[in-house]
Amino acid sequence: MKLLFSRDTWQEIFGSIRKNKGRTVITVIGVLWGIFIYITLSGAAKGLNNGFTLEFQDMATNSMFVWSNQTSVPYAGFKTGRRPQFKISDVEQLKTKIPQIEFIAPRNVKGMWDGSPAKVVYGQKDGSYNVYGDFPSLVKIAAKKIFDGGRFLNEEDINLSRKVCVIGERTQTDLFDKEDDPLGKYIRVDGSYFKVIGVHKFEPGGGFESDSDIYIPFTTFRKLYNSGENVGWFAIAAYDDANVTQVEADVKNTLKKIHQIAPEDDRALGSFNLGEMFNRIMGFANGMTFLSLVVGVATILAGVIGIGNILLISVKERTKELGIRRALGATPGEVRGLILLESVFLTLVAGMMGIVLGAFVLFGINAATQGLEFPYSNPTVPISFVLGALAIMVVLGTLIGLIPAQRAVSIKPIDALREE
Amino acid sequence: MIEVKDIHKSYKMGQNSLKVLKGINLNINEGELVAIMGSSGSGKSTLLNILGMLDEAETGEYILDGVLIKNLNETKAAHYRNKFLGFVFQSFNLINYKTAAENVALPLYYQKTNRKERQEKALAYLQKVGLGEWAGHLPSEMSGGQKQRVAIARALAAAPKVLLADEPTGALDTKTSYEVMDLIQQINDEGKTILIVTHEEDIANMCKRIVRLKDGVIIEDVKVEQVRAAQYVQ
Ligand SMILES: Nc1ncnc2c1ncn2[C@@H]1O[C@H](COP(=O)(O)OP(=O)(O)OP(=O)(O)O)[C@@H](O)[C@H]1O
Ligand SMILES: [Mg+2]
Repeated sequence: MKLLFSRDTWQEIFGSIRKNKGRTVITVIGVLWGIFIYITLSGAAKGLNNGFTLEFQDMATNSMFVWSNQTSVPYAGFKTGRRPQFKISDVEQLKTKIPQIEFIAPRNVKGMWDGSPAKVVYGQKDGSYNVYGDFPSLVKIAAKKIFDGGRFLNEEDINLSRKVCVIGERTQTDLFDKEDDPLGKYIRVDGSYFKVIGVHKFEPGGGFESDSDIYIPFTTFRKLYNSGENVGWFAIAAYDDANVTQVEADVKNTLKKIHQIAPEDDRALGSFNLGEMFNRIMGFANGMTFLSLVVGVATILAGVIGIGNILLISVKERTKELGIRRALGATPGEVRGLILLESVFLTLVAGMMGIVLGAFVLFGINAATQGLEFPYSNPTVPISFVLGALAIMVVLGTLIGLIPAQRAVSIKPIDALREE
Repeated sequence: MIEVKDIHKSYKMGQNSLKVLKGINLNINEGELVAIMGSSGSGKSTLLNILGMLDEAETGEYILDGVLIKNLNETKAAHYRNKFLGFVFQSFNLINYKTAAENVALPLYYQKTNRKERQEKALAYLQKVGLGEWAGHLPSEMSGGQKQRVAIARALAAAPKVLLADEPTGALDTKTSYEVMDLIQQINDEGKTILIVTHEEDIANMCKRIVRLKDGVIIEDVKVEQVRAAQYVQ
């Protein structure tokens, strides 16, 4: 300890570092590069992680969707290849059977997989867009950002089967001039006029929907397209403390009973739960973090081993000098300490420089990805990672330094002096 | 001061071993100035290195200032070297990135002398060898004679009991050699025990006693009338 704080010790270390400038620079670059990679990688991974989290924060990650395909097992007198038709009455049954369901939104669509998209006309412009028949509760399951001044569908729209619609960001740019405020304007959807009540912002990552979707009240949709009691699919949100995967299974089982589908028929109903996808994507982001950690640590390790190597060479070059020191009374412990401290000192200095450089690069990446449609945000490295890296470096620097230090004293002073 | 009894030393060279010292007996009192002479390969350096605890004898007894030097570990040997011995080498062995003063202060550093005292002592010894003005210079900026004087100052700095010099004038011309010998004589005059290995008769004659080695044994050990080096130095 006394050795560590003595001005003389440091003078000795600086003396030998200054004497071997080239060597010192190369060594420092090795470790600097290692810690730089470590910081940049783990920071970038963290940014990605933050980005995904941000991306998902508007979405109920405990939500799911369920739809019907064709049956693949004959059951109750039905042949295979039947497509079960969900009904609006399913909602009540599902709600009573499965108390974990917080919100349930039956949905229909014109376009996508159900026929051709609706033809939409405004003034001289027209286009084909998917039209959804929806309940207000949809926003509780998959949040829709509505631009200033507008609103989403409400209960009254449903009860009165109002001819109102929420259009997408792209629908707006397609149909309306820049100066033309779409709110309150009427557009023609498959022959009927609808009043625009809101424009929704597109949120990527939310499944199949796009920035050109048009939402109209479920009841209006029923009238417009004669869909009767039919429901295309259900969007469901479970309570926060519920297990979505379990709810997903329960919902499918209940629907199988209602629609007389064989319990073992796995293909008749399709479903998708965001919780699972969320976990998978977060798993990916966490995997990236872990990977960057591994790569970073490996690079640091390589850098530190480089220091060890160069110190080994330097010890060899300095054999005579160390021999002289020992002839003058330096104990093996003192010689070892000198080499060790040199190793640790070089490692630490290089490490700190690498951290600063890495922080700069992260800062740059953050600035460059600002406002991009890329899930990346606030790339920071937790201070514990940085301290951990420094600790690792001190430990590795010491361990690696032990080898040249031992080498330095393993040779007898007389042989060291004879060295040219 | 130095008592050596029946010292043997051989070097292993692959299969066979080369006997270098074959029973050396030597007594050196405090204040002596001894020249060790002999043809090349006769074992002079080997003997001096054993006396300097840089190397160890196989058998025999070595007592330095009443202390039996035996089975030393490296740390103990380092302490003894630091406390008892000063070395002067043919090739000076200064540390090339340290100034003259820093070189001289080095043994004091290992003696844990504090910084201020170290600097003062280093300067005092440099002045003693006539190089006070050169304290801040690097070895590369000095002549051979100057370097050897710095080395002598360094050997003296830790106030050792014995000064061991292996061919201190071996790399110097005659005039410079005499200057160095003059310095060594002055130091000896102050009472320091000094051993010098040399090839040159004139240098040996500037000592007070000459020990001749041949094939690992002492063949002659005589006291001589000291020739003062000062008369050759202006
Ligand atoms: N480390 C060693 N390994 C093997 N043999 C050695 C070693 N050191 C010295 N010798 C041998 O021991 C013998 C004596 O060596 P030493 O250096 O003592 O001679 P010296 O009298 O000092 O000679 P010189 O006048 O040339 O310096 C020589 O034959 C030398 O080759
Ligand atoms: Mg020799």
